[in-house]
Amino acid sequence: MIDEAVASIDLNLIAPELTLLITACVILLFSFARSMQRGASAVGFAGLVVALVLSANQWGHQASGFFGMVTCDNYGAMFKIIFCVASLLALLLAVRYFSQRGLNRPEFYALLLISTLGMMVMANTSDLVVMFLGLEIMSVPLYVMAGYVRRSLESNEAGIKYFLMGAFASGFLLMGIAFVFGASGTTDLRRLVTDFNFIVSNFDLFLSLGGALVLIGFAFKVAAVPFHAWVPDVYQGAPTPVTAFFSVGPKAAGFAVLFRIFTFGFGDLEVLTNLFWILAVLTMTVGNVLALRQDNIKRMLAYSSIAHAGYVLVALAVGTQGAVSAAIFYLVAYMMFNTGAFAVLTMLETRAGSKSNFSELAGLAKANPYLSAVLALFMFALSGFPPTVGFFGKFYLFASAVNNGFIWLAIIGVMNSFLSVYYYLRVVKVSYFDSPEGAWTPVPFSTAIIVVLFVTAIGTLGLGFFPGELLKLSQTSLIAFL
Amino acid sequence: MTLDVAIFFISAIVAVFGATMMITVRNPVASVLYLLVSFAAQAVLFIQLGALFLGVVLIIVYVGAILVLFLFVVMLLNLRGGEDLGQPSRPMSRFSKYLIGALLLVELVFVIRGSAGGTDQTVTGMMGPVVETFGSVQDVGMLLFTTYLYPFELTGVLLLVAIVGAVVIAKRETEREAAQKKQLVEERGHSSEEKVS
Repeated sequence: MIDEAVASIDLNLIAPELTLLITACVILLFSFARSMQRGASAVGFAGLVVALVLSANQWGHQASGFFGMVTCDNYGAMFKIIFCVASLLALLLAVRYFSQRGLNRPEFYALLLISTLGMMVMANTSDLVVMFLGLEIMSVPLYVMAGYVRRSLESNEAGIKYFLMGAFASGFLLMGIAFVFGASGTTDLRRLVTDFNFIVSNFDLFLSLGGALVLIGFAFKVAAVPFHAWVPDVYQGAPTPVTAFFSVGPKAAGFAVLFRIFTFGFGDLEVLTNLFWILAVLTMTVGNVLALRQDNIKRMLAYSSIAHAGYVLVALAVGTQGAVSAAIFYLVAYMMFNTGAFAVLTMLETRAGSKSNFSELAGLAKANPYLSAVLALFMFALSGFPPTVGFFGKFYLFASAVNNGFIWLAIIGVMNSFLSVYYYLRVVKVSYFDSPEGAWTPVPFSTAIIVVLFVTAIGTLGLGFFPGELLKLSQTSLIAFL
Repeated sequence: MTLDVAIFFISAIVAVFGATMMITVRNPVASVLYLLVSFAAQAVLFIQLGALFLGVVLIIVYVGAILVLFLFVVMLLNLRGGEDLGQPSRPMSRFSKYLIGALLLVELVFVIRGSAGGTDQTVTGMMGPVVETFGSVQDVGMLLFTTYLYPFELTGVLLLVAIVGAVVIAKRETEREAAQKKQLVEERGHSSEEKVS
């Protein structure tokens, strides 16, 4: 037994996770030193880059270790790369934002790294217990990060709300895992698949109930509609770089797990397909309709992130490999233009007294033509206009829906995209055509944020011109999908 | 055999009774004590199932340590019984609690009816036969450090980050930080952090 255990421990499988953990511990251990107080962001950046390289190295390897608790495949590697990039972009945004507010402390970067570690754990396993632990390791730092600006009441509110909702969701998830375990005698999705027919014929009800509860647990995390109520307040109250991370990282992690569980594990459960259908339609529609009436840009982007989660849920309803690869494409694309939009907001918020209301954008085009052009680009991408990657993301998703007979789902999706054009283009309209009340306050220059803007803009346009490469990548990531 | 059944029913009833009283009683201290009763009865159930180690751990860790901590917190907060712990509930929430209760009841009936269909044989077929040493300290330790090594270590990371998070939220600002912040706020006229809680 012990020899077997030693043989099963292969640290290469969890190399990126270990890197992040060690980096976070180094930051925490040396946080008393003055040089670390200033250099924590650089250390964190280096750790993330190393983890990114190690994750990319895992591409093409197919292995399982730690008694089947860790599963390395292309799918996991793909998502790990997504998490690393999202985390890197958020880190770059955070440096300027927090140092300007006197809050640039090493702990923040340690929390960011550990949260990313949790996401990696989620993507890198086919065992429900490990997925749950990964989810918690991801979420606990996020609660703290949401409430990180302790002097701001809004930030406190965001932290508390997110914490309560997260704890509530964990309850559903655990209950669901318990039901699945009760029905199948295993928490390993691969064994569940092997014995699927047997389990369904004997314990259909338990399995469906467990699946539904697990779905509810993760629906909270990806902000699908009946479980979205926390999103606007948390997104608005949390510090903007953290919001940028919220809307990309945890969402991608949630979907990584959802696809693994429901497209692979519970493949043929008919009840759930109908549930996904309803969930997708509700999420798209409610998100878009509520976004129409917002006056705060962060709140608007919060509702828009709900709507985008709805588009990705279409892939879950369709449930084929083609749909999942389209969803991965969409998540990468969304990371690019959504982080970009939040980067512009972060830049604008370095001005005194900014609350990111729509009216503050008035006059942006005259004062900062480049910044407003980039903002317009991201808004066009969010609403899905052709030269940007946003168009191809939606196109692949809806095409996979049509190809598999989900025509109504595609039609509702396209109608929702048209609806969303209104509020995205309102940002463009205000920044180009409205004149500011009073004098325009100049936007301070910040190298780190410019880098983020550059990367995301290139990503949004470049992937829009050459979408084939990314699509091929996301398709190969599903080879031997476990 | 009959003694077993009697013990099971007694401890099961006590466990459910304790849990029910815990959520219905208005005095927080009494609520914690009822939770303690429920846990103790659950420990008996665990031991009856052969999970000796889990039963003992439940008593040592939950009853012995965590609930005492709960009591400390409740007493520190100085909540007294009979105090109104919240606003009177609105009709909507009053209705929804009955709805959820009814749903759970229906679910329970379905589960019981469903489980009557499957025979015991299939269950042991899935889980494998119960071994002699099931639930012993050695067995649990063996599992924790072989099959569940990875989740076990991850739990360590989770506890670490929870502690770090609590410290980050709760720690007092150092004077240097406070001065730095004040200076920054004055320099830039930043208003978004003026709302001191």
